[in-house]
Amino acid sequence: MTRFDLTATHVGAAAPGCPADRNSAVALAVAVLFALLAAACSRNDKSMLVPKPAAFGAALVESSGGKQMAQTGALLPQPLVVQVNDEQGSAVTGSLVQFAAAPGVAFDPPNGLSDSSGQVTTNVSLGGMAGRYQLTASTFDKSHKKVELKIEEIALGYQQILGRRLNDQYCERCHNPESTVERVSNYDNLEIKPHPFTEGDTLSKMSDADLNAIIVHGGPALNKSALMPAWGNTLSKSDIQALIAYIRAISDPPSPAAGPVYAKN
Amino acid sequence: MNGKPTLRQSLFGDSVRAFGVVSLIFLGSLAIAPAKNHFSEWRHYQHGYLRMIRNRSDANTLQRHFQGGIQQIWLPDLGVVDRCTSCHVGLQETSLTDVARQPFRPHPAIPHKSEQFGCTVCHRGQGAATTVSEAHSSTLAWEQPILPAKYIESSCGQCHRGSLPGTPVLNQGRNLLSRYGCLHCHNVKLPDGSTMKPSDDPPSLSHVADKTTREWIYAWLKDPQAYAATATMPNFKLSDDDARDISAFLVANSTPVAGDTATVSVKADPSAGGTLYGESFCASCHAVQNAAGNLVGGDVGPELTRIGNKVKPEWLLAWLRNPRVYDAETAMPHYRFNDAQLATLSGYLQAKTDSDLLTNVHLEPATPQQVAHGMRLVSDYGCASCHEIAGIKKPENFAPDLSRIGSKPVTQLVFLPGMQHALPDYIATKIKQPRSFGQGLKMPQYTFTPPQIDVLTTALLALNDRSATLPPSLAAPATHESDYQPAGKAGKLMTDLACFSCHRINGHGGDMAPDLTWEGSSVQRDWLAQFFKNPGTLRPSLIRRMPRFNLTDGEVTELTDYIMTVYQNPAIDRDALPLSGYPAGQVELGKQLFYGKYACQGCHIVDTKTDKGYIGPTLTQVGSRLTAAWIYQWMKNPQSLRPATAEPNRAMSDDDARALTAFLISQKGGKEVAKK
Repeated sequence: MTRFDLTATHVGAAAPGCPADRNSAVALAVAVLFALLAAACSRNDKSMLVPKPAAFGAALVESSGGKQMAQTGALLPQPLVVQVNDEQGSAVTGSLVQFAAAPGVAFDPPNGLSDSSGQVTTNVSLGGMAGRYQLTASTFDKSHKKVELKIEEIALGYQQILGRRLNDQYCERCHNPESTVERVSNYDNLEIKPHPFTEGDTLSKMSDADLNAIIVHGGPALNKSALMPAWGNTLSKSDIQALIAYIRAISDPPSPAAGPVYAKN
Repeated sequence: MNGKPTLRQSLFGDSVRAFGVVSLIFLGSLAIAPAKNHFSEWRHYQHGYLRMIRNRSDANTLQRHFQGGIQQIWLPDLGVVDRCTSCHVGLQETSLTDVARQPFRPHPAIPHKSEQFGCTVCHRGQGAATTVSEAHSSTLAWEQPILPAKYIESSCGQCHRGSLPGTPVLNQGRNLLSRYGCLHCHNVKLPDGSTMKPSDDPPSLSHVADKTTREWIYAWLKDPQAYAATATMPNFKLSDDDARDISAFLVANSTPVAGDTATVSVKADPSAGGTLYGESFCASCHAVQNAAGNLVGGDVGPELTRIGNKVKPEWLLAWLRNPRVYDAETAMPHYRFNDAQLATLSGYLQAKTDSDLLTNVHLEPATPQQVAHGMRLVSDYGCASCHEIAGIKKPENFAPDLSRIGSKPVTQLVFLPGMQHALPDYIATKIKQPRSFGQGLKMPQYTFTPPQIDVLTTALLALNDRSATLPPSLAAPATHESDYQPAGKAGKLMTDLACFSCHRINGHGGDMAPDLTWEGSSVQRDWLAQFFKNPGTLRPSLIRRMPRFNLTDGEVTELTDYIMTVYQNPAIDRDALPLSGYPAGQVELGKQLFYGKYACQGCHIVDTKTDKGYIGPTLTQVGSRLTAAWIYQWMKNPQSLRPATAEPNRAMSDDDARALTAFLISQKGGKEVAKK
């Protein structure tokens, strides 16, 4: 796409230099005028879409919606909500918050004025590539300095989605200490506590081969507790690969094999 | 010759000159083609790729794999000519996972190879194109742009007609299509010749006046979600007069059902209502909004938050006594409550009201004109597509056929101003705001969330020409729900108790409770009979459990006999291993294996003092519950008995399996199950 655009500009720039008769020169001038007009109009349109702030805050904080997971390209399950605060930490109404991220990430709406509780809500759909996406919410303070807030979200690819399903079926009940209404955690019942998969510090010390060994042969394979059973006869090779891909994707801080991070630049 | 020669003279003055100039122009124009080729986009990207890999540690391998020039995947069977790999050079290089830049990223791991399916089968776009814009965007000659990533699973659905573990979005979309009534009005013929079936069961309205008031019908028609946020009935955006007339017609058209006005003389005990509601596990199927506004309970039956506003007390009593009198096909079990229980439970439910719901509804008695107008509206809006209404025929082909909606030409679509001119956007907007496409459209307004609209669009995009014309060898058919029905008196009893609403047997039924296909090989007879009378809990953490149906001894015997005789696994002889008399040494070995080598206490409880495992069933009484032959087979290969069980297959030796069987069968529990 970029390359296509570039060639177009190139042709446009070269055109005025060409020897041409009067008529075509006039046509060219008209065309250039139109192009300039169109560019100006489109810029106007854009600025019309951004509402005018009525107030300015001093800080941005995340209310909810960070650290979510969604399938590549899909909407995050919960909207992202950020709050604008002033120096005293109380909510500011009517200040402009703009959202930005790597190409492929879409915000609906891409900007907004904070409501009566100082909050701005947007629905986020992540890009088409699996990995971590850094979203930036920004607002301006009274001295027109940009205040930014960085939020991270995780996009899961095909393999990780498969891994998540296996994790929910086989692993989650012991490895996730949090209980939900539907799923009571078994974590507290275990004499030797398993590692939650979000523990990036532990996971970054383990290679994929280690993870594979402990899943296939159980805890004793790495001199750990037999409470971790062997799954090698239950799960297929590709199942286990998918699980590892998922575990790497959700660990916090990210374990090194987690794949690329999609920041804005 | 006077003066300077003109330009014309100097170029075309004599024939040799003219020939030379014309030849130069000709040669110059000939050079355009090779120049165009030289400066082509794919060449630019291939150079970029080579520059990128030059400094990598795996440069040699990548260089060896690299093939220059236009690359093409040609699959005549699928009509695929895909040149995408000309620019997407590193597609197969798994070592490039750290590369975020397109078009050089490797393809994520999927179960298919691009040599086998090409690229456009899944991603759409124009495969034969060799420029970025022509391949990715729609052009005048090609209207299928690249499919946005959020809809990508629709492409899996072209071949895979059943649900796949790797396609949750597609599976959910297909479920929503069936569950939200889309298929009552729209026909979807699948490539295998079958028709997609709705999975919801909209109530018959032929006797609706027995059940509820005209005021409630009016309020419901105006806004179904105001009564229950989870209601699947869409909003038809009726005017006050239209809602008044439809409610008038439905009430006038309703005929009473014999026995639908039960009364009980027993006084209700209001404090016991909540307990009885809990003990009967109503919440397994029905949801109620709690004080915090969260829904608690299942979604098999309707939400009961404001049920007191809806039902007439005498109908509710009759329904609770035996729901099959009013609706023979209902998923609700016939609970066999006694009069005191009926009074308590109906009193408890009747109190679930929202005082605001009907306060502003005041309807004058209906005139015959209003009833007649209501009847016309009921036909116009196709109410009978979903609901059975006496005197109104179910309309055929009421809404457009959706069998090939995923290939609908863009030229045949009407777009709203400001909308992107692409099929997925059209489908999504149509689901989101169906009435915005013109005056007089009948499709009602649904309350789908944005993610739900995306999954529905995904499922609809899978219904396309390619799917319909796929070579049969590539189609992965769905496993259809079997129409298994148990026979005889026990079969009638099982239908009455709605066993299949929760349990699955021989490929038919729900998935809330265990599959009972081999229950007769699994459990001991005495335990089963006892369980019917007093269903205890096997899993401490489960919130959905088997309710008590207050069965008579005769009914218990009937059911137990049938299950023990019919539902047997051919690979298990349930009398092959004894239920007692194992040597003490073997039992002790089994105990050591249980706590040591296999660490079963992580998930199961045998000794309530020491074990805490919450995942598997409690095993304190397993020796009185399961047959030894089943336990042994379970130790050897649990997935052969229940494919989806979370119990890992430990590839146990025969000796280990036998010892564990001996240990487990010795766990008879504190109080012995009453022997007959």
